[in-house]
Amino acid sequence: MKYKDYYLALGVARDASQADIKKAYRKLAHQYHPDISKDPDGEEKFKVVAEAYKTLKDPDTRKEYDDLGMQRANETFTPPPEWQQQYGAGAGAFDDVDLSDLLRAFRQGDGAGRQGPRAARPVAGEDYEVAVNVTLEQIHAGSETDVRVELPEYDANGLPHRAMRTYRITIPRSAVDGQKLRLGGKGGPGRHGAAAGDLYVVLRLAPHPRFRVSGRDLYLDLPLAPWEAVLGTTVEISTLGGKVALDIKPFTMAGQKLRLGKRGLPAASESSGDLYAVVQIVVPAAASDAMKALYQQLAEQSGFDPRKPLEAKDK
Amino acid sequence: MATAMLMLLDDMNVCSLEELIDVSGLTDAEVALLVDSGVLLPVDAEASTLVFHLRYIVVAKTARRLRDDFELDGHGLALALTLLRRLREAEADLAAVHAQSGNPHPDLVGPPGATLK
Repeated sequence: MKYKDYYLALGVARDASQADIKKAYRKLAHQYHPDISKDPDGEEKFKVVAEAYKTLKDPDTRKEYDDLGMQRANETFTPPPEWQQQYGAGAGAFDDVDLSDLLRAFRQGDGAGRQGPRAARPVAGEDYEVAVNVTLEQIHAGSETDVRVELPEYDANGLPHRAMRTYRITIPRSAVDGQKLRLGGKGGPGRHGAAAGDLYVVLRLAPHPRFRVSGRDLYLDLPLAPWEAVLGTTVEISTLGGKVALDIKPFTMAGQKLRLGKRGLPAASESSGDLYAVVQIVVPAAASDAMKALYQQLAEQSGFDPRKPLEAKDK
Repeated sequence: MATAMLMLLDDMNVCSLEELIDVSGLTDAEVALLVDSGVLLPVDAEASTLVFHLRYIVVAKTARRLRDDFELDGHGLALALTLLRRLREAEADLAAVHAQSGNPHPDLVGPPGATLK
């Protein structure tokens, strides 16, 4: 079993008062709580902090933890003989046991700890949340994806072991970034007849190399040459549903958004978002003498002054 | 490989008040306060039996987590959830602006400074 230094996780001394432990937890919770933190690693950091606080805020559990003695964080240690006796297991049975799961089991009345057995009562399984990265293409196609999550499960002696479980889910075609799905009864196991917890899957949309997402609408940049913007043309663009030909009308301006209806992300109803091609007018990085001559001719013949509106505003 | 009943927590399907309380772990009084403060909006507030879109399960579970992790009371929860909602809306608006404004094409980005004549 790996030792976890809960005092180190909270940044407090081993003789810290309960008030100091609470204060340290509050400070770290404000920093890393998944509902408010922008830290990409915040959720993992908060799990460590919350686990430490759950153990140390309760004086009984804190004493049980303290009685393990001081070890180095992540160091393997042998659980006390009382624990081995309680679970009818040798020291080796604790190798894949998570210390926090075990302390939680004690709190729930499954273990003897140093206090003697407590009455077993029904304890509902905990809910778990897991994030899964998905692509726009997967959502559009309603693909399947595997959700892997490590959950506790209890052996015949009541000893909690961690086990990896995999669920295959179909990504709903109406999903959006941050969409939550609930797998009822697939969270932590309930004890003594209580129901299992739920597993919540959060779909995280991976950035796309071409499309930007706004709700169910998609945006892509459409570079045009100056002559294409002036004369008009037909361009082929990729959408999630395949390639389509897009007519560019003459005198199309930079920044103009060309809408392709229902080429965005599907909604739960029959409707879908739209795809917008945002026009960018791009000039060549170099020009031959012949091209320069043509541009010169154009400049001499055109009376177009793109800064004229600015002058009008200055007056 | 296990299969499981998947529930999409969205604005299409609904759940009862009792299910919302059961799944979230909030008390009846806490849910009632969140309904009164407009954080949890029933499909029809005038109906004799309240039902909620399933996305409110996410809101209610967030409320439970904030209550447990920060030891907030009902009014603190309502305030925190209202501010979180406004923050999420502002983030969505900002994301929409970024999506619509487009990425500058590499050829459109000029040299670091123009030469004055």
